[in-house]
Amino acid sequence: MLEPANTAAAPRGKLHAIVAEFDDVTAVTEAAKRVRDAGYTQFDVYSPFPIHGIERAMGVRSTRLPWIVLACGLSGTAGALLLQWWTNAVDYPFKISGKPLFGIPAAIPITFELTVLFSAFAAFLGMFALNRLPRHHHPIFEHPRFKRATDDGFFLAIEAADTRFDANRTRELLQSLSSHPIVACDEPADDGATPRWVRAGLVSVAVVALIPFALALASRFQDSSKPPFHIVGDMDWQTRYRAQAANPHYADGRAMRPDVAGTVAFGELATDQVLATGKTGADWTTKIPLTVDAALLQRGRARYGIYCAPCHGIAGYGDGLVAARASELQEPTWVPPASLHDAVVRGRAAGQLFDTILNGVRTMPAYGRQIPRDDAWAIVAYVRALQRSQNATTEDVPPAARAAMGL
Amino acid sequence: MAGDAHGNAPATASRSWFRPSLVEGDQDFASVTRRVAGVVERPKPPRAWYIAITISGTLTLVLFSLVAYLIATGVGVWGNNAPAFWGWDIVNFVFWVGIAHAGTLISAILFLLRQHWRTSINRAAEAMTLFAVCCAGLYPAIHVGRIWLAYWLFPVPNQMSMWPNFRSPLLWDVFAVSTYATVSALFWYMGLVPDLATLRDRAVTPLKRFLYGFFALGWRGSSRHWHRFERAYLILAALATPLVLSVHSVVSFDFAVSLVPGWHTTIFPPYFVAGAIFSGFAMVVTIMVPARQLFGLKELVTVRHLENMNKVILATGSLVGLAYLTEFFIAWYGGNAYERFAFLNRALGPYSWAYWLMVFCNVVAPQFFWFKRVRTGLLPMVAVAILVNVGMWLERFVIVVISLTRDYLPTSWGHFTPTLVDVFTFAGTFGLFFTLFLLFCRFLPMVAIAEVKTVLPAAHPHAPQGAAGKEHAHA
Repeated sequence: MLEPANTAAAPRGKLHAIVAEFDDVTAVTEAAKRVRDAGYTQFDVYSPFPIHGIERAMGVRSTRLPWIVLACGLSGTAGALLLQWWTNAVDYPFKISGKPLFGIPAAIPITFELTVLFSAFAAFLGMFALNRLPRHHHPIFEHPRFKRATDDGFFLAIEAADTRFDANRTRELLQSLSSHPIVACDEPADDGATPRWVRAGLVSVAVVALIPFALALASRFQDSSKPPFHIVGDMDWQTRYRAQAANPHYADGRAMRPDVAGTVAFGELATDQVLATGKTGADWTTKIPLTVDAALLQRGRARYGIYCAPCHGIAGYGDGLVAARASELQEPTWVPPASLHDAVVRGRAAGQLFDTILNGVRTMPAYGRQIPRDDAWAIVAYVRALQRSQNATTEDVPPAARAAMGL
Repeated sequence: MAGDAHGNAPATASRSWFRPSLVEGDQDFASVTRRVAGVVERPKPPRAWYIAITISGTLTLVLFSLVAYLIATGVGVWGNNAPAFWGWDIVNFVFWVGIAHAGTLISAILFLLRQHWRTSINRAAEAMTLFAVCCAGLYPAIHVGRIWLAYWLFPVPNQMSMWPNFRSPLLWDVFAVSTYATVSALFWYMGLVPDLATLRDRAVTPLKRFLYGFFALGWRGSSRHWHRFERAYLILAALATPLVLSVHSVVSFDFAVSLVPGWHTTIFPPYFVAGAIFSGFAMVVTIMVPARQLFGLKELVTVRHLENMNKVILATGSLVGLAYLTEFFIAWYGGNAYERFAFLNRALGPYSWAYWLMVFCNVVAPQFFWFKRVRTGLLPMVAVAILVNVGMWLERFVIVVISLTRDYLPTSWGHFTPTLVDVFTFAGTFGLFFTLFLLFCRFLPMVAIAEVKTVLPAAHPHAPQGAAGKEHAHA
């Protein structure tokens, strides 16, 4: 009668293998040869270290692992070359000192490293995969003395799956080879598989863990008008005060500092009061303090087109594109710009127009930061010309031309 | 493993290479298991272990604090400044990468060369490699300043639609060092799996049985598995051999591909590799001597192992000395004024003390290994090994700092002074290295159990009956 491996009364599965124990390498190697010669193929020898020549004694064919490693290594080579060529020569060409975008010599170090990396992973993962490891649960572990297999014991197990397996004859064969008791190892009733809920849990965790990567991948194929998202702000957040922000360090609470009393900022020294403010004493000047000529009018016309026409319109009737669009949208807060040909505006002094351009009026913003002083005078001159053109009388036409115009 | 390497004829050929001094004492399979597993299994480590890990753990905390300080503040906390934008960060990176070379060299190259004496020391040396790579890899990562952008070094699609420049030696370095770290870890772990199974089967507490068992992956010593295992080990050794030579070659390209006088030389790759092996073996000797004393492994890691490593140190140290001479000769023979100046400046300039100390440590000190008494005496060999470690650090300092502080334009010359943060960060990497090594000694088998068994006489069929153990065979 065989000694059962599982002494407990727990329900047992079917027979897995019959196992013999040996004390030295020579005995187990001889036994392996005898078992092989008896025609068995589904058997295994367990030892604490690789026994030299046991593959031949057992009739084990050489592993195909080297071919797997070769295939993976070559894909590493090809992958590295493709990666370097596509990224640096096609997708984002790096032009460095007129050198070719892709060259084998400079590509060798990375190609070599990736070849080795892929091969090493193939050797490591391939070995364990071909060995069907990790497998933490195996019927052979039911053998009561099997712990010696990682210390100083040698075991030979003939599996029940072998076509020549016969419980009695196999046992007799092993008994003739080993003086230790022969042990039968059963498949445990509980196959040791991971419970279904654990597997389901692991799968769900894996799926949830993939969601951020899936979102990142999806966003690569979408257009977005938002600025890029940086986890670390770098230059997006700087330790400075923005315009108009509050700063508690100053008594007046303002971060923007006014000029120190008694000082003049660079470029802001006004030696000519009329030119700088448009006033003589307390009154607006009626005369433009620059020489009004064709060049000044041309300059004023250009500046008017850039800064004024969008609202006031090219002819000055307050019908610019911005005003037109605001009226069309019926913006409730929109105050239409004044027509420059109203009697009120036409009656204003040149100095007052100049002041309005620089400092704004009602809802019109100040343009003093964008329009230099002389350009503002040029615009005033051009506005005067516009006003005259739209409100001309017969007296304005030169007498010589009146007849030609039928006046 | 070693068993694969000694030819096909089982009986006579396998004994012809065997020399009894590979392990000492009357060892059998069970006593090898007991001896190595006993270190891990004893309830408490020796008192010296506690003292050592307290010191190294404190230094590790210092390292982490200083790295946090650096990241929060910027690289300005180091002494790097114009013109020496590379300072101790790169010196220490190259120093640690060099140390990392011995482990894989012992595991792979000596394996392919059928040097069976490697079996007792390869596990610890491989572990040392991994821990040295950890220390080395830290520096390039933190010296970039904005460490959160370190992913720019990898070809990851990003919002800038840009790719790294694959023609830059700095990028080759990233690939070389990360590949080396990965392959070393795979090699080390694969060799560990059968020994973890041994620890699993000897574990007395459920927690240890679970943890060792989990990482042993259910290894059961099947001969069909051993066959593929040995083949995979041979392949990994064959892959790691050119890899270990390539890593320090690529590190040397960081310098050699530039145009700085003193860096731009073709001798750099072989010179760096020889220096790396030199420093790596010195570090193995430095830490294996106390480790074998402390953990009672004198019979497995014998004086013969140490002597063999000292011979390698002597050979590579002489190679390094030859490289120093060759550099000077080429600087003169090449006729380039800047190159000549760079080398004269090394020997006679403001850092000449570093140069001559380096020559003493790297060229003169190992020559004492010509004497057998120095080669086999524990104290003298550790003294020489420590000198070599100091010398190899100085070599990197000489190359990086002296060349950068005085290059083409005298108006841009400068002087490099490290800060306290530099000094304590470097000390902290030693803390990290020794902490990891001490944890390794405490929780994992320091010697490859299965591999040592293959070099016992009883490991071969037709060995003298009964040599393996107490019970006799029945075949």
